[in-house]
Amino acid sequence: MEKKLNINEMIQENRKTMNFTRIWEKIIPKILLAIAIISILTTVGILSTLLVETIAFFKQVPFLDFFTGTKLKPLGADAQFGVLPLLTGTLISTVIAMIVAIPIGLMTAVYLSEYASDRIRRTFKPLLEILAGIPTIVYGFFAFTFVTPLLRSIIPGLEPTNILSPGIVMGVMIIPMVASLSEDAMSSVPSEMRQGASALGATRLEITFKIVIPAAISGIVASFVLAISRAIGETMIVTIASGSSKNFTFDVTQSMQTMTAYIVEVTGGEAPAGSTLYYSLYAVAMTLFVFTLIMNLIAQYVSRRFREEY
Amino acid sequence: MKYVDTAQVQKRMNLRLTTNKLAKSLFFLSTMFGLIVLVVLIYRVFSQGIQWIDLQFLTGKLSTFAENAGVMGPLLGSFWLMLVVAPLTMFLGVGTAIYLEEYAKKGRIPSFIQTNIANLAGVPSIVFGLLGLTVFVKGFSLGNVVLAGGLTMSLLVLPIVVVASQESIRAVPQYLREASYGMGATKWQTVKNVVLPASLPGILTGVILSLSRAIGETAPLVVLGIPALLIPFPDSIFDKFTVMPLQIYYWTIDSALTKEYANLAAGAIVVLLMLLFLMNSIAIIIRNKYQRRL
Repeated sequence: MEKKLNINEMIQENRKTMNFTRIWEKIIPKILLAIAIISILTTVGILSTLLVETIAFFKQVPFLDFFTGTKLKPLGADAQFGVLPLLTGTLISTVIAMIVAIPIGLMTAVYLSEYASDRIRRTFKPLLEILAGIPTIVYGFFAFTFVTPLLRSIIPGLEPTNILSPGIVMGVMIIPMVASLSEDAMSSVPSEMRQGASALGATRLEITFKIVIPAAISGIVASFVLAISRAIGETMIVTIASGSSKNFTFDVTQSMQTMTAYIVEVTGGEAPAGSTLYYSLYAVAMTLFVFTLIMNLIAQYVSRRFREEY
Repeated sequence: MKYVDTAQVQKRMNLRLTTNKLAKSLFFLSTMFGLIVLVVLIYRVFSQGIQWIDLQFLTGKLSTFAENAGVMGPLLGSFWLMLVVAPLTMFLGVGTAIYLEEYAKKGRIPSFIQTNIANLAGVPSIVFGLLGLTVFVKGFSLGNVVLAGGLTMSLLVLPIVVVASQESIRAVPQYLREASYGMGATKWQTVKNVVLPASLPGILTGVILSLSRAIGETAPLVVLGIPALLIPFPDSIFDKFTVMPLQIYYWTIDSALTKEYANLAAGAIVVLLMLLFLMNSIAIIIRNKYQRRL
């Protein structure tokens, strides 16, 4: 049975809970802020761990030797830590991936945004999302057991592990990203502009290249830059299909190692903490982090600075 | 007076129309290219892996002998990992999203947090692995157990949940909030009783998508130093573990020496893809079921 209260008691009762509510209302934003700050702590954590160990690395290996050294031989008495073989490996795999992903991704975006009917768009976009949702390890398996043998039957000099095959597969993996980001940029161009050009007698192709793409260029370029960043940071495909030879070469038929694949190799090999090999891990990761961060900042800058507002 | 030279226009007209048609087919073929690769990939993996999938493969322990190997260990590892990642990312992700959308819309701190999240989303996953190795595995001396892997993965997928939750919270109509205030509810009561229930489907979709990213991700866990052949099953979050993608990785690189391992890898990929398909279907069902309500 609930106790009957007179009006004064009820007000008192209400005040008590009000006080509690009031304090609670003040605490809640602070708790939420603390939660939100975890994401900043993550960045701080990444930066500080990388920085501390990288500084330790540069105490053992001179800065210039690292960035200009063409030889990477992390084990043995005459160990050498030149990062250039890893940089060229990363650069070449990224370039191959972009040669595949940028034209095909952009043309896909043009088709879906400018040519396809609503129904086709609604069936194709989810299918492309499936392509984007497949784990990278599956692409690695595909590159190693299907694309490499296929390419070897066409290109005779291709080695069993090479940079070409993972580069191509990485490009395929990135197509949906370029396509969907560029498509978003193109779809947000107002249709009045298309209709205006159409009324002046332009064909769809002319509308696309003279009206839509120039108007959406900031989003399109940003999608390319993000794609580059994604390719630089991609790990499993290149680790599996490109092997671990630290060749300093530009020959795509050879095995090369990327920065990411080097990190996998070294952490898999139980590098004793404190050794130069162990620190080199962080120096390479720092280089990788800086490269991708620069790309991401460029993408953000491009999409903000060159955005056309309608 | 004539403004347009009709003859000139007529002469170029055919060329322009043909180019347009050719371009259209080229664009269509480009679109098909991605899909054809998708079909080839799935056909290739299924045709190689499906005959390996039987009860023994699904429930057996890992083994060096291809015929005896089963994926129960990695499957359990993936489930344990999700058990850590799901509550943690939901708590952190939704908390951050509520803060950014409801409590601090403008100002320097929220915009800094927002930029930071955008940048975190672009950090390569392997760098998160190094963070996990340095902080969780070595710093907290957890060792390469489920908890260390789960914490690493949670930070990796956090941006996905934050962004999905933010979009979902932003989509809750303003009049619902105003009605709640009108009834005398406080800000937190409004958030808890009105905004969160209304945005829950979007949040859940984001959480499931982030989970499917987490169980498909290999690179951060490779870095944590998980052994290639871990036979005991994990029983708690403090046990050593391995996961499906990691096992696929080890089998794939070992297939250069032992051919049958490639089939094992294919079989494991089929299981992993089925799992991902199931999770994404649940996400789509949730989205479709609750989208109509608002």
